[in-house]
Order: sequence, then structure tokens, then C-alpha cells
Amino acid sequence: MLVFILGLYMTIVKGNLIKKVIGLNLAQTGVYTFFILTAKVNESTAPVYIGDEVRYANPLPQVLILTAIVVGISLTAFALGLVIRIYQAYGTIEESELSRLVQANREAQPSTLTPSSSGGEG
Amino acid sequence: MWIDLTLLGLLLALALGITFSRDTLTGSLLLGAYSLILAMLWVDLNAADVALTEAAIGAGVATPLMLLAISRSTRAELGEVLMTVQRYRRFPPFLVLGLVAGALVYASLDMPPLGNPNNPANQHVAPYYVQNAYHETGSENIVTAILVCYRGFDTLGEVLVVMTAGVAMMLILRRS
Repeated sequence: MLVFILGLYMTIVKGNLIKKVIGLNLAQTGVYTFFILTAKVNESTAPVYIGDEVRYANPLPQVLILTAIVVGISLTAFALGLVIRIYQAYGTIEESELSRLVQANREAQPSTLTPSSSGGEG
Repeated sequence: MWIDLTLLGLLLALALGITFSRDTLTGSLLLGAYSLILAMLWVDLNAADVALTEAAIGAGVATPLMLLAISRSTRAELGEVLMTVQRYRRFPPFLVLGLVAGALVYASLDMPPLGNPNNPANQHVAPYYVQNAYHETGSENIVTAILVCYRGFDTLGEVLVVMTAGVAMMLILRRS
């Protein structure tokens, strides 16, 4: 099962660089799943109190992940807002637009960077 | 065990589908399905609260947000020309990805056995929470007790992050 998780993990990390926002979400879920797996305790139930003699799963990583999910959705919303804003400013949007804009800014002189030249490099 | 493996296979297939889908609409819709399957897997791993949150937020909020962003911008598709242009730049990312993946595999060799109650992650303050959460806070749900009572400042910071994101969104999108 750990091997499966690792394969999933690598796929997720790979998706991270190809598509920015969706990949970021995927990478986040990979980390979440890792934390949830560390919280697993054999022969336990969900951490809802039903008595002292029952063995529970570790609630602490679950709380951390609960917080992380909400923070992650804020991040996603903010990133999507930036994407919308970039579309409004440049009129074109590709999946790798964010990184290519940064790269174009770094490579080209600021004076030669026009909105129309950033979209079609081919 | 069978359920875990089936769900993991579905997750893997969906993640591959998301990764190699050219259309952003397909990708975001698949991400919603991925979130739901992930929530099912977490229920099986005894993380019911987290699964509820993921199903509500990952599938219920993130997908409409993505659809909104797509409708507000454009339904971009990676053309063949762009793919060939990008292929020349692909070596450094793959090098980094390989290094990261190797480091993860190497680190996982040292991991303690899965599900052992004596793992370091299950030792420090977690037993205290499990033993005392109900008696000290009166909440039957231990996760809720930790979230609201023991680690309330974490939750405060979380709300702060959400508010900051909302304010930033308003400032960014106001000039449209």
C-alpha cells in the first residue's frame, strides 16, 4: 500500500509542474493523504468518543489537515483570481501562462515585453 | 484492504487523467471527481471529519471556483504547437521531479510501519487528546475538540488566511 501511495505521490508531483493551479491542488491532496496515513492506527475507529476502552485513530494530523484544506482552498481561490486578472490584462491565458510570464519577464527586457508577444512564442 | 486498493487505483487513474488532459474544463471536472474518491478513501482510513471537509470544499467549492475562473477567462487548450515549443524546456523540470521523487522514495524507506500505535507520530500529545478531550471539553468529536479548544489559535489563523484571501480577491478583481 505504501508503494501505491508513492506512485500516486509521484504522479501528483508531476502534475504540479504541468498545470499550475490544478496541479497545486493535486500536490496538496498528496500531502493530505500522507498525513492521514500517518494518523492511521490499526484496528481503530474514527476519533469520535464512544468510550475509553476503544482505540482511536490519531486525531492530531486530521486536525492539521482540516486546517490545511481550508487554507488550500483560499490559496486556490486567490490563484484563480490572479488568473482571471491576468486574462483581463493580457487577453490570453494558457495553462502555463503564469510561469511563462515570469520567465518572459526574466529573459526579455521590460521594454520589449508587450502583452501580445507573451502569448504566442511558437 | 480491497476497498483501499480499488480507491487508490481509481485515484491514480484520475490523477493521470487530470495530468494529461489538455482541456482545463476536463481537468477541473476530473479534479472534483478526484476529491470525492479521495474523501471515500479517507473515510476508510478513519478520518471522517477530514473526508467531509474535502467532499464539501474540494468537490463543492473548488470545482465551481474553477468553472467560474474558466468562464471568466477562456477555456484554454494546449495546442500542438505549444506542446512542441515546450518540449525543449522540459529537461530541467524532469530533473527536479526525478530528484524530488528519489528523495521521497529514499525518505519513505525510513518510515515506521504503517498503523502501529507506537509510531512517533502517534505518541507525543495525541494520546493526551484522545484520553482527555471528551472529559475536558465535553465534545464527543475529538477532532472538533482539538480544532476549537486545544488548537483554537490555529483555527483563528486559518480564518485570518481565508479573510486575507477574500480581501485580496476583492482588491484584485475590483478594477475589472
